[in-house]
Amino acid sequence: MELQTTTSPHNTGPNSITGIMLRVIIAMIPGIAAYVWFFGWGLIINMIIAISAALLCEALILKWRQRPLMPFLSDGSAVVTAMLLALAIPPLAPWWVTVIGILFAIIIAKHLYGGLGYNPFNPAMVGYVMLLVSFPREMTSWIPLASWSDISLNFQDSLIYIFTQQLPVSVTFDALTEATPLDTLKTHLGQGNTVTEVRAQLGLDEQTSRLLSLTPIFGDIGGKGWEWINGAFLLGGLWLIYKRIIGWQIPVAMLGSLSAIALLFFLIDTDHNASPLFHLFSGAAILGAFFIATDPVTAAASPRGRLIYGIGIGLLVYIIRNWGGYPDSIAFAVLLMNMVVPLIDHYFKPRVFGHRK
Amino acid sequence: MIRRLWKFNGGVHPPQHKKESTGLNIGPAILPRQLTLPLHQHIGEPAEPLVQVGDHVLKGQIIARANGYVSAPVHAPSSGTIAAIGEYPIPHPSGFSADCIIIDTDGEDRWGERLGIADYQELSPSALRNLIREAGIVGLGGAGFPSYIKLNPGHDKVIKTLILNGVECEPYITCDDMLMRERSEQVIAGLRIARHALQAEQCIVAIESNKQEAFAIMRDAAQNDDDIEVVRVPTLYPQGSEKQLIKVLTGQEVPSNGLSLQIGVVSLNVGTSAAIYRAICHGEPLISRIITVAGNGVNTPRNLETLIGTPMDELIRQCDGDPAQLGKLIMGGPMMGFALHQTDLPIIKTTNCVLSHHRDQMPQQKPVLPCIRCGACMDACPVELLPQQLYWFARSDELDKAQEHDLFDCIECGCCSYVCPSNIPLVQFYRYAKGEIWIREREREKSELARQRFEFREMRIARRKAEHGAKRKQKQIAAKKRDDKEDEIKAAVERAQQRRDQARDSAIEQAEKQRTKDSRDG
Repeated sequence: MELQTTTSPHNTGPNSITGIMLRVIIAMIPGIAAYVWFFGWGLIINMIIAISAALLCEALILKWRQRPLMPFLSDGSAVVTAMLLALAIPPLAPWWVTVIGILFAIIIAKHLYGGLGYNPFNPAMVGYVMLLVSFPREMTSWIPLASWSDISLNFQDSLIYIFTQQLPVSVTFDALTEATPLDTLKTHLGQGNTVTEVRAQLGLDEQTSRLLSLTPIFGDIGGKGWEWINGAFLLGGLWLIYKRIIGWQIPVAMLGSLSAIALLFFLIDTDHNASPLFHLFSGAAILGAFFIATDPVTAAASPRGRLIYGIGIGLLVYIIRNWGGYPDSIAFAVLLMNMVVPLIDHYFKPRVFGHRK
Repeated sequence: MIRRLWKFNGGVHPPQHKKESTGLNIGPAILPRQLTLPLHQHIGEPAEPLVQVGDHVLKGQIIARANGYVSAPVHAPSSGTIAAIGEYPIPHPSGFSADCIIIDTDGEDRWGERLGIADYQELSPSALRNLIREAGIVGLGGAGFPSYIKLNPGHDKVIKTLILNGVECEPYITCDDMLMRERSEQVIAGLRIARHALQAEQCIVAIESNKQEAFAIMRDAAQNDDDIEVVRVPTLYPQGSEKQLIKVLTGQEVPSNGLSLQIGVVSLNVGTSAAIYRAICHGEPLISRIITVAGNGVNTPRNLETLIGTPMDELIRQCDGDPAQLGKLIMGGPMMGFALHQTDLPIIKTTNCVLSHHRDQMPQQKPVLPCIRCGACMDACPVELLPQQLYWFARSDELDKAQEHDLFDCIECGCCSYVCPSNIPLVQFYRYAKGEIWIREREREKSELARQRFEFREMRIARRKAEHGAKRKQKQIAAKKRDDKEDEIKAAVERAQQRRDQARDSAIEQAEKQRTKDSRDG
């Protein structure tokens, strides 16, 4: 009987890619739940479309590339990409928008670069940006908060709308679309209003909003509803750090630098700059910090490198939000910093044991 | 007083599997019919045989002497006859054979002369070191570095701390644990001797927190020694690695590529310490050691006091296992040990554990996936390397970059492979890269040497030519000079001749003038 002579270590630990991705998915659940609570069933339908499309697409490409199917299909990375893309696009986006985004993310951004582990850019963000520049109308029509609106769609209505773009008779398209808080603020600031005015006009309490049949956009600290969604993602993100699935460096650096630069400009001109808390809790900052920027494949590797990478994203987010053409900018900021990763990795190596400090 | 402890980066907590082999006391291994003693069981030069086939040897008799400064002698572990001297398979990752002495034991196990020292303090450090050298003692923790060299720091070096390493962080292995539990006086006595040999200021015995019983016993054994401190360190693999342990206990880092001596620290394994005691106080050379026989290939895992040279399959059988049913046999632990090619290889001085896997209960092989750059390896690396970068460089044969990223600081502890979610055999890539670099360096050295030789030859030829040319020139010049001289002489002669001729001519002229004048006058 031949003895097996593999080299040490002869035992393997409990870690697996599937395990990592599964925990990331679990950590997203609170945020997704809050999202569904505020914006209705659209997200769930989008996610189902996105995940199915992603798995199908992944399977096809793997077959073409003559790679084994099971280890890669079950690694969970395509599912996470699909979930992130579904979270990024409007909840009632037509089905083909989602599918095109997924195709682009999985085929172009992931497999053309070599598949799992080899893609320099975050696939979900590449897919999202492609959709954003190609289908601006579909990608910017957000919907009002479901729980505050009289015209919220139920699961069936959402399903019909996503696949056929047919609304129930009682609902008009205009009543169903609304800009996001960041978008609204940007537009109104552009018209010469101050932050306080915008918030006073649109940050209504429940009673007034019902009276005027208007949907409130701003809450106590961030966008109405968005603060809860971001809070829920924060919870999941902290759990990921606790579980050591992600390091603390990227989220802390990114949110820290975003808050710092927001605070600076807020103190300089309170009228025309939103508060740091508004920046953290209105758009996708928290989701981005814990779930998107931390994608290991496309992020910097060393601890110091991760800090630099996170700081870069935070600053870029603020710059693009304030002076760029788009109301939110997590995707652009992440993709821009993805480009810098090889440079960061080259210059920020940790000190090796026994070498001079 | 509680000693302050430091931390090193990373480390892992693999399942320990230590309880399985600590249920029974250390038992004696059987005396095998044949003992195989490799001449190279240590770091350094192989020993040189002193016996011939047919010689009868007694237990403890030296059969091969140390060859050079970094070397260690080999002794007969039992009495018997030298059956053969030649190449036999040895426990080595390569599966190669090497020179061995084979003894047919006579079953009497009769000792030769043993001279124990009653009071080691009467001996000078250098005399102690000589005895330790003659006893063939090498580091029993696994590296096998000759111990007397470690105890010889040099005249100008002050050893501040002598560390006794009872960490034993590898899973499954319990030989040090059982040694400390059952023979704590021997370990402490050996430590006192080593301390005397080094003139060390303080001693620390480090024991991991998963060995509570051994810790308590060792603390009791050392309670009367003011300069010996028994310290409990938190369980974390690879804390038993010398440099990591020194960091934990002293906060100091041994310089990369350097020795612990440079920062005034020497460390010994607890087994080595006990061996030193037996060598000095009882005159017993290193002919046996405690071996942990563990794994699912044996039904009664335990520790056995085993003669060096005993075949491993005998130990497997003694622990109720069937060597023929094994699928994998590892010398050492699961993290750093190496897999053997056959089961009948001898126990050597550096064998601490024989870890066997039944062929039906083999460790699971998981599919290898691409690296997702998660950095778990980096977080686990006790040397603070960037394992994933090293992996990319090793894979793509960018060996310069691998070296730039301090590949050679890697201690091959296996933490990175252990935590890798993609199941990449990272350490294997580093070994490959190191090996490849060595090969290339040797080739480079060879070609460098060849180049130097060639250049020297060219230079020599050129010099000879030049010398030749110069000589010829000189000769020519000399010849020319000679010619010139002759010419000069000739010219001078000619000039003289001329002058003479002229004088003669003018004399004749004058005479003729005189004559014509006379005749005109006449």
